[in-house]
Amino acid sequence: MRVAVIVFPGSNCDRDVAEAIAQVTGKPPIMVWHRETTFFDVDLVILPGGFAYGDYLRPGAMAARSSVMRHVLDHAKAGGLVLGICNGFQVLTEIGLLPGALLPNAGMKFICKPVKLKVTRTSTPFTGSFTKGQYLDIPVAHHDGNYFAQKDELSRLEDNEQVVFRYENNPNGSINDIAGLSNVSGNVLGMMPHPERAMVHGKTRGDGYKLFNTLMETIR
Amino acid sequence: MSNLSTPTPQQIAEHGLSDEEYESLCEQLGREPNLNELGICSVMWSEHCSYKSSRIHLAKFPTTGKRVICGPGENAGIIDVGDGDAVVFKMESHNHPSFIEPYQGAATGVGGIMRDVFTMGARPIALLNALRFGEPDNPKTRSLVAGVVAGIGGYGNCVGVPTVGGEMNFDPGYNGNILVNAMCVGLARADSIFYSAAKGVGNTILYVGARTGRDGIHGATMASAEFDDDTEEKRPRVQVGDPFTEKRLIEACLELMATGNIIAIQDMGAAGLTSSSIEMADKGGVGIEIDLDMVPQREDNMTAYEMMLSESQERMLIILKPGTETQSRQIFTKWELDVDVIGRTTDTGRLVLNHKGETVCNLPIAPLSDLAPKYDRPWKKQEPAPELNAEDLPQRDPVDALCRLMVCPDMASKRWVWEQYDRHVMNDTVADSASSCDGAIVRIHGTDKAVAISSDCTPRYVQADAYRGGKQAVAESWRNLIASGAKPIAITNCLNFGNPEKPEIMGQFVQAVEGMAKACDKLSFPVVSGNVSLYNETNGKAIPPTPTVGGVGIVKSLDHVIGFGGAEIGDLLYLVGETSGWLGSSLYAREIEGLSGHMPPPVKLSVEQNNGKFVKKAIQQSLVRAVHDLSDGGLACAAADMALASDVGMVLETHDEMPNHAWLFGEDQARYLLAVPSHKLNQLQRLAYKQHVPFVFAGEVVGDDIKIGAARIKVADLRKKWEGWLVEYMEKIHGNAGE
Repeated sequence: MRVAVIVFPGSNCDRDVAEAIAQVTGKPPIMVWHRETTFFDVDLVILPGGFAYGDYLRPGAMAARSSVMRHVLDHAKAGGLVLGICNGFQVLTEIGLLPGALLPNAGMKFICKPVKLKVTRTSTPFTGSFTKGQYLDIPVAHHDGNYFAQKDELSRLEDNEQVVFRYENNPNGSINDIAGLSNVSGNVLGMMPHPERAMVHGKTRGDGYKLFNTLMETIR
Repeated sequence: MSNLSTPTPQQIAEHGLSDEEYESLCEQLGREPNLNELGICSVMWSEHCSYKSSRIHLAKFPTTGKRVICGPGENAGIIDVGDGDAVVFKMESHNHPSFIEPYQGAATGVGGIMRDVFTMGARPIALLNALRFGEPDNPKTRSLVAGVVAGIGGYGNCVGVPTVGGEMNFDPGYNGNILVNAMCVGLARADSIFYSAAKGVGNTILYVGARTGRDGIHGATMASAEFDDDTEEKRPRVQVGDPFTEKRLIEACLELMATGNIIAIQDMGAAGLTSSSIEMADKGGVGIEIDLDMVPQREDNMTAYEMMLSESQERMLIILKPGTETQSRQIFTKWELDVDVIGRTTDTGRLVLNHKGETVCNLPIAPLSDLAPKYDRPWKKQEPAPELNAEDLPQRDPVDALCRLMVCPDMASKRWVWEQYDRHVMNDTVADSASSCDGAIVRIHGTDKAVAISSDCTPRYVQADAYRGGKQAVAESWRNLIASGAKPIAITNCLNFGNPEKPEIMGQFVQAVEGMAKACDKLSFPVVSGNVSLYNETNGKAIPPTPTVGGVGIVKSLDHVIGFGGAEIGDLLYLVGETSGWLGSSLYAREIEGLSGHMPPPVKLSVEQNNGKFVKKAIQQSLVRAVHDLSDGGLACAAADMALASDVGMVLETHDEMPNHAWLFGEDQARYLLAVPSHKLNQLQRLAYKQHVPFVFAGEVVGDDIKIGAARIKVADLRKKWEGWLVEYMEKIHGNAGE
């Protein structure tokens, strides 16, 4: 599996997710600086967590306009896989690869805590090895994770079964408890929880590991 | 009037220099300074920069040891943790600005301490905060808590360094002066550490990072004076932080460090460009000439005075090897940071500033550093505090008292706070504030080793007896590291006191330092870095003396990490250490009986060492399931912590010859509570006997109640109260913040 991790100024989970990928695939991903203008040929593009451009203007808004994002768009439109984690999810909504927006948490505070996610869509390359209704333990750490979509948009994405993960106990006020969302075809996934922080669970493999491993098996 | 003319008497007074100091300055210069020079001298001679009241006493700390790579005097202390790795750490106060503007004050405190650490070549891997607020009923407290916590989170979360631990207390003594002490721990390679000595003449001085603005001018002077009713007017002196710039600055500096282009590097902290350039020149034994027209500026028409005294954040000064300018610039340009050559080192031993074609300052370096004033201020020994006799206190329902203690502001769960901190970014956090462990534990990246960190001080002890209190702060830090499975190595500290010109306050300071020094010496726990914050007073009322200790230890293998959340039904509870039932200055005396100021518990360092050695062995031989150090609230509160963290009930023993309140809530030192699986008991008892350690049965892990004699409470009910206090308290301001 060839993986690229996009690094924006202000990304801060880029190294963590790179290590997670290396751990699962045995090979470190390519780290792609946001100003990159040449094409890179990979199976999966990861937009990591953090505070790209300091979250100025709106989280993800400026990163979405980086030169590298044109390639990410092309890659996604050609059916390539894209995973946006936390700040990466915010970038995906800003650039329009996913519908809706991520607003400040309902409590207006940053929240860092373990949460339970319910898998609600398994027909994606990210979640194929999970079963519908299965619970995953993957932590969240964000200030703006309150997912929102207009009524008709929301019913459209629900009808299309685009919701991949829902919170069991909604920590941030997200509409319909949405924690993770894919596009219609399922090759683009945005999620607020951090799978790279769930590589181990006690002495066993964590649910984040399982997610990355699912991806690898799908691609291979 | 021009800044080049000599200052008026009023201007001299405004700069905080005493008449004697001004005279001495003129004598050393051989003339009167101009206004620019006066500004520079006044910040360098401020308490905050010169440590003029504290220096002679700080010399009492032991600062060397087998593992010490770098002691006090640099930006941070460094210890060797083996395998070529070094841990760099320091704690620093941001008290004055945080009281005036809590969000920015706390945020820039976090930013500043991180710069102290990465300046030395380390990647910051952990942040901690020791916070002291006024009483909850004080009208300012709530908004200060909200602002400080948001500021710490806002900065640390964005930069991407986990905030893994800390402490938080409330006391009316902090109503007018809160304390925000931030600690940062970083990881470096022992063979690539960077220092601040600007060695060599003719080398380029590079300015990097954010532009210089008019914020924070005279911050250091503000931090060297008391507050009064007009404190709000000092708001413009508080700096404004930008964690996004800091994040890029960390990455760019680490990238530049890897090139080998750097001779010396220093962050611009308190007193900005002034203190960074003077310190670098002084340590390198050179002079410095700066062209102020080249300094990147955020605002138009800045004067030399403003540029030199600005405390704009996220700026660094770097001395480059000749010929590396272009490559070095490219790195900062890539990270979209301002970068410019602003001057060079000279052989004059002087600080020369040129601005708009004029020399606006020409000062010798020595009077600003080594020859700065140093005072042996008069101090008064504290009167010995009266003893408190436990027998004189009334008998009370022990479970009711326990509940009151567990729910008091100092003890209640701080979940509301730490859930706002990213505790896991970087993926090396092993134990954080949520983990029920006496120390925070952060893995040394890519290894099975870890750093253990703890922050401690019991101000009510220091207030009653500064010598004992100082000793206790160090001992408790040491004990917390032992109880989390680590070997304690060294400390940093942040000494927060009132006005040192008052002999009683100076007495607190001197005695606390001596107590700390004694404990550090006996426990082989040297001081490698630190910070002093004096003048924490408002309208003449000083804070409780608060010498915060930040202890660092090494965990050899992650298998040794232990906390107090592992107790299982059927385990036996054993108390390590001797109990006399000492209630003087205890939490029980304060919260239940309303008594304070009595003699705090004695700290016997050889006993501390011996008991610690035993607990360490017990952990390494896997003879215990949970370990907790005994501190505030004694045995009963430690047991309650363990019950809550392990989600189990307990039956606690009472003592035949001691009143319940003395046995359960006494705060004798050098004690630990262990949860022992019954099949390991024999082995553990033998070990205790061999080590001559008092090892006493204290209860059993059973059911889902905490039970003492006939009294009991459900652990679930206690949890509700314990978790509830801070949330309820904070949500009063946010009104409808509930989700």
